[in-house]
Amino acid sequence: MEKPSYNTDIVRSFVTWSLVWGLVAVLVGVIVSLQMVNPDLNFPPYLTFGRLRPIHTNAGIYGWAVGTIFATFLYMVQRLCKQPLWSDKLAKFQLWFFNATIIASAVTLLLGYTTSKEYHEMEWPIDVMVVILWVAFAINIIMTIMKRREEQMYISLWFMMASLIGIAILYLVNSAAVPASLFKSYSAYAGTNDANVHWWFGHNAVAMALTAPPLAMFYYFLPKSTGVPIYSHRISIVAFWSLIFMYLWTGAHHLLWTPVPDWIQTLAMAFSIMLIAPSWGSVINGYLSMNGQWHQMKENYLVKFLILGITFYGLQTLQGPMQSIRSFSAFIHYTDWVPAHIHMGTMGWVSMISFASIYYLAPRMYDREIYSIPLANLHFWLALIGQLIWSISLWVAGVLQAGMWNAMNSDGSLTYTFMETMVEMYPYWWARAFGGVIYLLGIVVFIYNLYMTARKSEPAPSTATAEGRV
Amino acid sequence: MWEKKPVLFMILATVTILAGTIVTMVLPFVWVNTDADRIEGVTPYTPLQQEGRDIYIREGCNNCHTQTVRPLVSEVLRYGDYSKSGEFVYDRPFLWGSKRTGPDLARLGGKYPDAWHYKHMDSPRSMVPKTNMPDYKWLRENQLDAAKIKNNIEALGFPYTEDQILALEGKNEMDAMVAYLQKLGSDIPWRKAAETTIVGELTNPFPDDAEAIAAGKSVYSSNCAACHGDQREGVIGPGLKDLEMDDADLYQILHNGIPDGGMPGFSNLGSTKLWQLVNFLQTEKE
Repeated sequence: MEKPSYNTDIVRSFVTWSLVWGLVAVLVGVIVSLQMVNPDLNFPPYLTFGRLRPIHTNAGIYGWAVGTIFATFLYMVQRLCKQPLWSDKLAKFQLWFFNATIIASAVTLLLGYTTSKEYHEMEWPIDVMVVILWVAFAINIIMTIMKRREEQMYISLWFMMASLIGIAILYLVNSAAVPASLFKSYSAYAGTNDANVHWWFGHNAVAMALTAPPLAMFYYFLPKSTGVPIYSHRISIVAFWSLIFMYLWTGAHHLLWTPVPDWIQTLAMAFSIMLIAPSWGSVINGYLSMNGQWHQMKENYLVKFLILGITFYGLQTLQGPMQSIRSFSAFIHYTDWVPAHIHMGTMGWVSMISFASIYYLAPRMYDREIYSIPLANLHFWLALIGQLIWSISLWVAGVLQAGMWNAMNSDGSLTYTFMETMVEMYPYWWARAFGGVIYLLGIVVFIYNLYMTARKSEPAPSTATAEGRV
Repeated sequence: MWEKKPVLFMILATVTILAGTIVTMVLPFVWVNTDADRIEGVTPYTPLQQEGRDIYIREGCNNCHTQTVRPLVSEVLRYGDYSKSGEFVYDRPFLWGSKRTGPDLARLGGKYPDAWHYKHMDSPRSMVPKTNMPDYKWLRENQLDAAKIKNNIEALGFPYTEDQILALEGKNEMDAMVAYLQKLGSDIPWRKAAETTIVGELTNPFPDDAEAIAAGKSVYSSNCAACHGDQREGVIGPGLKDLEMDDADLYQILHNGIPDGGMPGFSNLGSTKLWQLVNFLQTEKE
């Protein structure tokens, strides 16, 4: 059979730019963590915590995570369909439009053009850009699937298609607004409705951008890295359909005890607990795929990233449902516990899988062996330790602050004023900033290793011929 | 079968995704923000207040401050009456937030006099030394743009008068911000409802107790000095050096505040700290 010629250049370009935005995200993260401990580091009007924090989160989600989704999906879809990309030109457009969108987001957010809605702060003209970008991407992936030469669609393709559909629905509905001028709009929904729509979006953006895509990568790159297939096809079917069914009911667990109707909160709580099953379906499927292969944890650095990543996914999907229980939420919500939870997901799960995927792609993108495996191992430990310091310090801080907020004297009065509880946070915020710096070092090592691979490393013709690329 | 048919697969996935969406996201529109949860007295923002709200959004205040009080004992004690759905019908977007790096602001309106807010926004650390809130003094340098504000308030469909637009002349962004903060949570008469009456005899448990006076001094520094001055000389609030008041009356004021006079109540400090404060305030009279 004739070997198809896959487009790998576009994958390489997306990896490059996702790394740029990933570096920006972590760097701005470190800056805002220092602003938390020293308000003199705010430089108004542009460089204040209030304006920089959305840049940190959006660069992380739309730049780093979505950039990596673009790179890996465009890579996987060609191999899984045994079919070159439907349109190289559209992919090229997508690349430039992606960077234009991220730059436009960063600039407008710095200028204070924001909707205030978390993880969806960009004003309406940027929303339009995001929609165009996503449609261009979706068309290319779906058309490639339609023209595929491999009849059976592999698990990763299911997660990819669900993500394409899910993000489109979420983003369009939550974008609805009345424009007042070029960079100012008012949400189409008000108050409690707006909150409920927004967290339906917010939590399912986590599902469709930060869960389904890394699972697509995990299901593809784990077997590719270990050389053995996924343990159970049946588990992956059950886990997939129940995951995309249950997630959409859970948004209101971000709104427990707020004026959102109680029954929505109760449904959200129940479905959040139920979500443990499909989440752990994938975790267990991953672990059991390692049967007889655990020695690769020592020998294969890719496996180390992937298994730690899926482990953090497992921890994340236990902690999340726990926080969705009303009584626990009453205690912990609004404290620093919550960012600690989020960062275990983003730094531990999504990024670990993304690192592994990019390391796997490196020899195939650059036609060269990875420059240094010891440096990749160093990156692994810096990422792991940085994230653990980050999350553990803020879990402790969150429990401490929640305890102080709730402490009452025997006469029914509050033991502490708000400020007395806040000043206790400073040492933990310092520790968090320290953890962030370690994580940043890991990213620098990662980028250096890839740069040297592209520039200086030994040629690796074997992979190119093995995959039949021209 | 669906594993080999992408179109069928995408239809099934869409239906699966829409199930929870319709029940938990679409359906609530039937009840929320209808007559069922409207509250009389909740009014739209004036042009000045709405501009303050837009500045609040622009500066990302919602990244550190929430605006929803949960129906939990410690929360209602700390911030005030819990939030009701009908109070937010004019909030586009909602600003409930997700993290309390600073305190909740849902019930801030009317808690302090305007002067407190101006001083605090200029330099939060001048009033709360260990806070990590940045200075917003620079908001005073930006004059309001009446045409832009009129355009925005029309986009929202809120009622306004030409006088309100004319009144924006000469005002700056800080004025708008303070006007907005003073509106927060004050559309329902919750302060009135939350007033408490102390019954029975009030007797000073620590008269002339040096330890209590020292403790009271520290309570004063962290809770009172920002308004009444480090030396009780008076800043925003009056000087407190020469109080002609008996212990019980003083205790009543500290407990309930002076709602119409801009002084918040401090009942949540508890009776021990309040009596220590009374004993400190009764010392060093001139």
